[in-house]
Amino acid sequence: MDLYEYQASERFRAAGMRTNQGVVAETPEAARAAAEQIGGPVIVKAQVHTGGRGKAGGVKLAASPAEARDRAGAILGMEIKGLRVRKVLVAPAEDIVSEAYAGVLVDREAQCAVMMVSAEGGVDIEEVAARDPGAIHKVRVDPRYGLLAHQARFLAGRLYSDKALARQGAKAIAQLYDAFVESGASMAEINPLVVNGAGEVVALDAKMSIDDNELFRLPEIEAMRDAGAEEPASRQARAAGLSFVKLSGAVGCCVNGAGLAMATMDLVKYYGGEPANFLDIGGSSSPDKVVAALEIITTDPDVKAILFNIFGGITRCDDVAKGIVEATSRVGLEVPLVIRLTGTNEALAKDILAEAGFQFASSMDDVVEKAVNLASA
Amino acid sequence: MSIFVDRNTRVIVQGITGRDGSFHARQMMAYGTTVVGGVTPGKGGRTFEGPEGRSAPVFDTVEEAVSATGADASVIYVPPAFAADAIMEAADAGVRFVVCVTEGIPVLDMTRAHAFARDRGARVLGPNCPGVICPGEAKLGIIPGEIAAPGPVGLVSRSGTLTYEAVYHLTAAGLGQTACVGIGGDPLPGTSFVDCLEAFAADGVTEAVVMIGEIGGTAEQEAAAWVKRHLEVPAVGFIAGRTAPPGQRMGHAGAIVSGSAGTAAEKTQAFEENGVRVAERPVDIVSLVRESLAQ
Repeated sequence: MDLYEYQASERFRAAGMRTNQGVVAETPEAARAAAEQIGGPVIVKAQVHTGGRGKAGGVKLAASPAEARDRAGAILGMEIKGLRVRKVLVAPAEDIVSEAYAGVLVDREAQCAVMMVSAEGGVDIEEVAARDPGAIHKVRVDPRYGLLAHQARFLAGRLYSDKALARQGAKAIAQLYDAFVESGASMAEINPLVVNGAGEVVALDAKMSIDDNELFRLPEIEAMRDAGAEEPASRQARAAGLSFVKLSGAVGCCVNGAGLAMATMDLVKYYGGEPANFLDIGGSSSPDKVVAALEIITTDPDVKAILFNIFGGITRCDDVAKGIVEATSRVGLEVPLVIRLTGTNEALAKDILAEAGFQFASSMDDVVEKAVNLASA
Repeated sequence: MSIFVDRNTRVIVQGITGRDGSFHARQMMAYGTTVVGGVTPGKGGRTFEGPEGRSAPVFDTVEEAVSATGADASVIYVPPAFAADAIMEAADAGVRFVVCVTEGIPVLDMTRAHAFARDRGARVLGPNCPGVICPGEAKLGIIPGEIAAPGPVGLVSRSGTLTYEAVYHLTAAGLGQTACVGIGGDPLPGTSFVDCLEAFAADGVTEAVVMIGEIGGTAEQEAAAWVKRHLEVPAVGFIAGRTAPPGQRMGHAGAIVSGSAGTAAEKTQAFEENGVRVAERPVDIVSLVRESLAQ
């Protein structure tokens, strides 16, 4: 789950960091009031779950409350990389002396968090990494000890030659790591980390992605979820514990296991169709999950045929079969359904489905080819 | 033949009294795996009833289970909140091979569990993995026993059910396996493709290797490079997720295309450039393996 800047910034402040604290506004009038409350020039920033908002015109300076209102009016409702802006953050404009970058993420290769900084801030860090890898300084963090004080000092020393600034920088870097861990994040980033006119190190931006697997124990983060920005189908899938991604095709896919689900989508394409979705009902699935899955797929008006591709391991085929029977009696299918199901408790499942009058496909290729043909019929 | 485990491996099941743990403990026992006990905190002293009149004692801690049974491997089916500690508990008790089936463990928990297990010399397979089956020897995890058969092919995969699909086709075509290993779909697997390739290369009987990858990360690219430098037997590959849109997590926490990195095209290319023949469909793995073995 991605956090908005204002939410990530809140997490940074909770760790003690100095941030560019502002006020969230959802209307131009609220942005005007926020600017008045703050006093002096402000910056109006689109709150959206993607980067590159500055280039897209989603970040504007405003000298007065009236200008803040107009700027917010232009930004609210705009689309940045396909995402509609529904909130802006109005924050005091800082005079910027220098811009740096600080970030932390879980590194697959090192199998631990890697903290990194660059004196080249305010620009796309991936571009910096590609152009000049030496401009990025990294330390690996042993998860058992956390970021050590000398590691934070080392990194800050790569950013600031002034000792007072380096002390402040080390503090901010340590606070970034704390916020990262306490928020169950997979990534946290400050770009830019600035030195302002008063000689203070301030996080001018804040970005954080939360590991979804942490949310069960972090209710305060779960509460930050912007359910309004989510498609109803995605919301429903999440509530049912399903992994779902809406795509644009006509073949609805209901599969167990992410790898098999992806391979099934690829096979739909191979046979000349387009998948309507990625949907993994997960392991250990109960009949309820299958019911929810069918409800989600059938509400998509683009779906012209639905396929089930189940290879039971921890998933028991009879659970899936019960779910299919229950769901079809409850939902009432208007599009054809083809089923392939094999593995754990396969015989039981086939009895249940045969009794309810369902037919089976003989293999993964068979079920996909049939579904593609039905969808294009 | 086998890698990591065989019929003499003494296995305990952590979470043996749960829905999944009990079901799959019975499946493992029925397959012939030497399940010597189970662990569920608070339920020590009970007896777990297995298939065909067999049973296994239940202990409160892994340490007690290991002392009483001499177990050297463990399979974990405990809920995500407790799974990282279950891994560390097993490693602490001297278990050398830990299979973690549990899905949904926080990644930061896993950074600690991996560091802890490494220090104690324990190999972790997973998390979020189906485990390993060495046909005719033993299975640890959830791979359905009936789909595998003994033979010359070694298979390693990031997926669960897609592994079954591939194994099913191989077996149906008369191509049995030395071992089938699911390394799991999480970003931080304890055992990598390369670890499995090394084991296959060292077992002396694996005549061809199948690698099933998916979008996200660079594990397949590293495996491809290793194949070119070290593997003396032919390798066949498959990559899932050619149609996955960038920036969207495809179920597995590890399966996400970020920017231009981790795409199916990139991985397919890495395979092909390093002499790994790539199947377009899962069923095509069979013909490629057959051709490789004939050469």
